[in-house]
Amino acid sequence: MKRHLISAADLSRGDALLILDTAEELASLADRPIKKLPTLRGRTVVNLFFEDSTRTRISFEAAAKRLSADVINFSAKGSSVAKGESLKDTALTLEAMGADAVVIRHSASGAAHRLAGWVRGSVVNAGDGTHEHPTQALLDAFTIRRKLRAASGRGAGLDGIRVTIVGDVLHSRVARSNVLLLSTLGAEVTLAAPPTLLPLAVDTWPCAVSYDLDTALPKSDVVMMLRVQQERMTDAYFPSVREYSRRYGLDTARMARLPDHAIVLHPGPMNRGVEIAAEVADSARSMIVEQVANGVTTRMAVLYLLLGGTEFPEVAS
Amino acid sequence: MGATGYPVAGRDGLAVLDADEIRRALTRIAHEILERTHGGDEVVLLGIPTRGVPLARRLAARIGEFEGLEVPCGSLDVTMHRDDLRLRPARALGRTDLPPSGVDGKTVVLVDDVLYSGRTVRAALDALTDLGRPRAVQLAVLVDRGHRELPIRADYVGKNLPTSQREVVHVLLAEVDAQDAVMISDEGQPS
Amino acid sequence: MTAWLIKGAVIAGPGGHGVTDVLLADGTITAIGAGLSDAGAQVLDAAGLIALPGLVDLHTHLREPGREDAETVETGTRAAALGGFTAVHAMANTEPVADTAGVVEQVWRLGRAAGHCDVQPVGAVTVGLGGTRLAELGTMADSAARVRVFSDDGRCVADPLLMRRALEYVKAFDGVIAQHAQDPRLTEGAQLNEGEISGRLGLAGWPAVAEEAIIARDCLLAAHVGSALHVCHVSTAGSAEIIRWAKSKGWPVTAEVTPHHLLLTDEVAVGYDPVFKVNPPLRTAADVAELRRALADGTIDCVATDHAPHPVEAKETEWSEAAFGMTGLETALRVVQQAMVDTGLLDWPGVADRMSVRPARIGRLTGHGMPLAEGGPANLTLYDPAAPAEAVSPVGASKSRNTPFAGMALPGRVVATFLHGTPTVLDGKLA
Repeated sequence: MKRHLISAADLSRGDALLILDTAEELASLADRPIKKLPTLRGRTVVNLFFEDSTRTRISFEAAAKRLSADVINFSAKGSSVAKGESLKDTALTLEAMGADAVVIRHSASGAAHRLAGWVRGSVVNAGDGTHEHPTQALLDAFTIRRKLRAASGRGAGLDGIRVTIVGDVLHSRVARSNVLLLSTLGAEVTLAAPPTLLPLAVDTWPCAVSYDLDTALPKSDVVMMLRVQQERMTDAYFPSVREYSRRYGLDTARMARLPDHAIVLHPGPMNRGVEIAAEVADSARSMIVEQVANGVTTRMAVLYLLLGGTEFPEVAS
Repeated sequence: MGATGYPVAGRDGLAVLDADEIRRALTRIAHEILERTHGGDEVVLLGIPTRGVPLARRLAARIGEFEGLEVPCGSLDVTMHRDDLRLRPARALGRTDLPPSGVDGKTVVLVDDVLYSGRTVRAALDALTDLGRPRAVQLAVLVDRGHRELPIRADYVGKNLPTSQREVVHVLLAEVDAQDAVMISDEGQPS
Repeated sequence: MTAWLIKGAVIAGPGGHGVTDVLLADGTITAIGAGLSDAGAQVLDAAGLIALPGLVDLHTHLREPGREDAETVETGTRAAALGGFTAVHAMANTEPVADTAGVVEQVWRLGRAAGHCDVQPVGAVTVGLGGTRLAELGTMADSAARVRVFSDDGRCVADPLLMRRALEYVKAFDGVIAQHAQDPRLTEGAQLNEGEISGRLGLAGWPAVAEEAIIARDCLLAAHVGSALHVCHVSTAGSAEIIRWAKSKGWPVTAEVTPHHLLLTDEVAVGYDPVFKVNPPLRTAADVAELRRALADGTIDCVATDHAPHPVEAKETEWSEAAFGMTGLETALRVVQQAMVDTGLLDWPGVADRMSVRPARIGRLTGHGMPLAEGGPANLTLYDPAAPAEAVSPVGASKSRNTPFAGMALPGRVVATFLHGTPTVLDGKLA
């Protein structure tokens, strides 16, 4: 595995399976009386969150603590320019504190890349602007595998599983990471969205595209709903929330048209009633709660594989 | 060891135990376990991956044959508790599979193929502590090759094998390596 | 003033003199020929060097007044001289904006005082670059700075009515409007060329159509009112095609291209290093190929650097926070050699035309851009195309370090620059 986890493209199929298999072994930790392993004792993991995200930060914090690592939470709201201290200065401060790993969430695409050039530890991208969110894709893949390939055991990929990702792909880091990771693991990915919410060059991505959700649903084993921000309406990406919901929302009628075994995922937070109906979010098909639990396990696997062995040799940048 | 195939006695090392000797050793260990645990009372066998696991299953099968007793059997991966993690890139984890009856109040017999420095067993004891509170912990190994670095000893030993630290001990088991044998070769590296 | 005898240079320009000597005295080229006498003159051995008329840059940002942390007229003109330039047009987006006679005269005087190259100020088209009211174009034209080129560069004159008025108004004094073509509504928050790379990197796209649509509109306006339009930093194949069409109709349209758009594509942005962030953005390989062809066939009239210095903190940050712009004065000629001459697309007389003759003509600049001839002004550049390719250092005469070519090996070397008969650069260093 590479020293940093910045993009899902950093992971080969072998790397991704190693993470999923490791997570599978770590999953039983949650049922034990002592939910702790000594493996990362003495290592320092810094959560560098420039965007508010209690859910993801807590997930990483839990993952690091379960491996006995020390966790430092660094909340730096606002852009570097607005704040006064630059991202580079923040990075140098973390270096001085001796961070073994920095988990960064930032509103600017590429922030994780830039940080990796300034710190010696491992950088884990917890979401940079509209670029990527690789650990989200990993926990999504883990959730899908557990549910749909439970019998296969270790080393199983997602070959042949049909995943439909619905929503604002253009602005979604979750979509970018998932398209890359799911196709690396052998899944067949389809994006369903209005043309305005798809990147211009989406035909170069390893997935199919559909403007019509209803034709895609009966052929889906997994439906992943993306959050749609109401602000997109003022930028004329779609005429109204009502029309968006009508054409691309997962309501109970659409859910009924899914194959019996199909599951529903959502990275959260949800806009109940916009992209996903409340009844769907609370239904038996919905894996939303499992996704959260699997987030801790998957992130434990990532931290273990990045920090649990030798320090990475200094790579000339 | 050959690049692609399994090791071959003579070419790849000196054979010190053949399949029959292994079989007899395991039979003897099974009987010893029964003697020292009042007939296998509350015993749980936990094999340390990789090859400790098939050994534990074979012991459980023999105990079943001799006494008609079904001994719970499982595996205990020790990777996360090792003291040498920082010396190599992060390792893939083995399976930890506890039998449904758990380990609280049980006599846990750890099973491994080779006892050497004792560090693996130390890690296993730590891992076990986080899983529950056994009444007692015992250790069964197929081969004890000496050179202990910690105050650890085995309760049941298949064969004592004096070795030098330059030698490598290969334990081959049919479930993993398509044959049963124990070989020693001189590879000039600590194993 | 010392007379200079340049011995054994090859003159790049019409007339084809071959290897010859050039005598400079009292600011004029007094003689060109073989075996000239060196009596009373300092001799410069120019064996193997090409003599070009002093380069003229139609598009430079000297940042003074207001952003002296990035560049001053002094440091910027030093960089220009080292790049072989004898005249630069200083863009108006300073602080305060150069929209009055007062500011343009200040810049003009600073240029004269520094003395490294002639500084011709560009006046803003609209007050404060606000795009709503015409600036006092006539007064700036009549000032000591004698402004002829007007541009809101940095911003687009987006209002079609205002652009029409500006084009019409400058006819009175033979002015030219230089448009920064960028439809503001199509490029709100844009960071990088809209394409495969921007989609992958999650950066808001700057579509080619936002440039091409404005250029098409402005060409039609210029034709309609019969006034001169100059298009700044053309960056797309589509833009070049539109300009070719406009010229085929005989319309008064000229255009420039930057060195970086002749060499770099948006692929370089994958590491998110903001040194590659520029406006208009780097585009695709197909765009680069078409821009080279257009410069070669004269559809694009000239190379203009759009030298845009920025302090370190404006570039050492996340991409979306970083300033747009690249420096370019010191590397321009070397990049043009790599992209155009070494690829066989343009010869040295062609370079003289695109980097001196035409920009001076478009800028209505007297005393520059004249082919080297007896009696002409002694503004010339001596260049060694055979100098071993060396990696570009980010540290140069410019105050700023934001060159996209840092670490890249480029051929050639500017050996000497003469401004009105006096050397500003000798042996590749400031004289």
